[in-house]
Amino acid sequence: MKRTIGPGVFEATGDHQAANGLKEKMSVLTVENLGKSYRMMANAGPRTHFGYRTLRDDVMAWLKAPLRWFRRDAGLPPQDFWALREVSFSVNQGDVVGIIGHNGAGKSTLLKILSRITKPTLGEIRLRGRVGSLLEVGTGFHPELTGRENIFLNGAILGMRRHEILKKFDQIVEFAEITQFLDTPVKRYSSGMYVRLAFAVAAHLEPEILIVDEVLAVGDIAFQRKCMGRMREVGRSGTTILFVSHNMPAIESLCTRAILLDHGKVALDGGVGQIVQEYHRRVLSGPGEVVTDLRSLELPSRVYKVFRSATLLDEKGQPTNFLQVGGRFHIRLVLDAPVPVESPVVTLGIDDQIGQRLLSLQTPLTNPVLPRLQQPGTLDCIVEALPLAPGEYWIKLGFAGVPDEIDEIERGVRFTVTEGELFGSGRGHHRGVCIAPSQWCFEPS
Amino acid sequence: MSQGIDSDAVPAVTVIRPPRGWQLINFAELWHFRDLLYFLAWRDVKVRYKQTLLGVAWAVLQPALMMSIFYIIFTVVTHTYQGERPYPLFVFSALLPWTFFATAIANAGNSVIGSERLITKIYFPRLAVPFATVAASIVDFCVALPLLLILFVCYGEVPGWNILMLPIIFALFVVCAAGVGTLLAALNVAYRDFRYIIPFMVQLWMYATPTIYIELAPSNPASKYPWVQDLLPLNPLTGLIASFRAALLNEPIPWPMLGFSALMAVLFFLVGCFYFRRMEDSFADVI
Repeated sequence: MKRTIGPGVFEATGDHQAANGLKEKMSVLTVENLGKSYRMMANAGPRTHFGYRTLRDDVMAWLKAPLRWFRRDAGLPPQDFWALREVSFSVNQGDVVGIIGHNGAGKSTLLKILSRITKPTLGEIRLRGRVGSLLEVGTGFHPELTGRENIFLNGAILGMRRHEILKKFDQIVEFAEITQFLDTPVKRYSSGMYVRLAFAVAAHLEPEILIVDEVLAVGDIAFQRKCMGRMREVGRSGTTILFVSHNMPAIESLCTRAILLDHGKVALDGGVGQIVQEYHRRVLSGPGEVVTDLRSLELPSRVYKVFRSATLLDEKGQPTNFLQVGGRFHIRLVLDAPVPVESPVVTLGIDDQIGQRLLSLQTPLTNPVLPRLQQPGTLDCIVEALPLAPGEYWIKLGFAGVPDEIDEIERGVRFTVTEGELFGSGRGHHRGVCIAPSQWCFEPS
Repeated sequence: MSQGIDSDAVPAVTVIRPPRGWQLINFAELWHFRDLLYFLAWRDVKVRYKQTLLGVAWAVLQPALMMSIFYIIFTVVTHTYQGERPYPLFVFSALLPWTFFATAIANAGNSVIGSERLITKIYFPRLAVPFATVAASIVDFCVALPLLLILFVCYGEVPGWNILMLPIIFALFVVCAAGVGTLLAALNVAYRDFRYIIPFMVQLWMYATPTIYIELAPSNPASKYPWVQDLLPLNPLTGLIASFRAALLNEPIPWPMLGFSALMAVLFFLVGCFYFRRMEDSFADVI
């Protein structure tokens, strides 16, 4: 069942190794027919699905058990929810593999099983060597302990021996840039320092297999770059890396291969470029929340709730979450008038995944389009060709007037810019955060 | 997960399979993670007394204050105590190991649910969590030990050769506490009821153990309900506390009772560890 979808992309059959002719490399990780199910109690509330049992429940169930013999219809049978099903793949030493999929596709469950936090229901995994998992930075940090003490504690939790930690200690401190705060309790650290230290400890663990889950979604941009650099370094040194992220540019820049999970199954396995493209294609066709209802959103920055809803519209005027790269950006804001505002100004800020402001759009201060706010209305903003590279973005909504901030929503609307035809020249290869049409000229001398 | 970090040899293969029910205690793995055990215990001790005014002195004050309270109740308010030894000496020589046992099982019982973040994010042998809390309680015990020395000097008590048995008896306390603690820790994950049961259990257990009172000899005519007295030795702590006190105060050690208690302590340890191992695979899913 090897269905070719694009050049080099195969329906996953677990023989990726054969497909790529990498037989000389040693396989460090083999996953065979892996399955994980969770028991859902059909007649319990949603919160108790995976929740705690109490003695009372169990004793009652136990006492009632004989009654079931007489009353067959007493209670629905428990249902199994398969978070992962028939997952098979193998990874060679030194591979850097991205694992992608929509929310609930089973990515986290897979990582939890690989890092031995939870056990599979079916199947088998063979791992060669030590596994380091970075499922959440700073796990195991104790706020009352100092930076120095936490380095040792966290290192030990990650499976490092004391002499290993001692050997790496200076490197860790230098990487985290916390030299002068080494003997301060980490509860007094800024969140940036905290994350830096946590990542530093984990990044200096030298496992044969490193499992990373979304850790790069934290910290400032300079540190993000440093983390990516460190991951690349680790990858080059022959460590096998499994990297889960929603951040497609990060996946593309770090990984050579990707596995796309869909509803607990391996949908595709192959070269990173094609898999990411397929991911975007699937997400594009899938349903999503396209109209952002802001009425019930409570924030301290919302002095008055002016923004009622925000919707991105496609060329045909249909609500969407996706824009093609270089395509038209059209957002429709529905405004309420809870209080009259003089000289109103609306600002839209477009941020990337880590909160860096890439673009700011504002209603003109001269020749205002917005009259004094005194009745509800609709405000449309259109950018003919949005100069943003493919990726995920957030829109910050701001409404201000004379003299005060009225309504402000950080991360109000989320949207994705997907690969597509750019400037009519076929598919482009994007690096960086923005795009621009360019003309090139060569004259032989 | 034994791996040769320091060698260039081909790393060991780990196989992950569905849980198989009952499994053995993986001592090799625990040994590999001994530094973790040490750091977790050290964290517990360090954090417990951080930001307290008196710091580690609390480890001494707790049994000392309890001793004072019982002294007032049993010799000042009522005149119930009719032993030969001075009451503070009598009661402290039992309160010291009891305080260890009580804090160890109570803290170990809550240790796993208290480490939820760790357990849902990182793999390590889960037994390290309750074991480390027991180890931290040993530190407290050692800190409070000098107070006993002071009492000995004050009352002019000289220990005899029996005191050589003390480390062995204390080791049995540790084994028993580790067993009960891990059992409670695993039960607590499955049934949160234990969070409320544990404090009552500890209190009840204390009164069921001749810590603060002298147990009467079996079938003593002075007791109204002799069968209650006869039941006391079934409590493994009765033998341990009586032997600990006897070893300290140079009285004959009740060997049969100690033997029974030792057996029970090992049994508790095995039951606790095996039940814990059986449950630990589901910890991350249900915690």
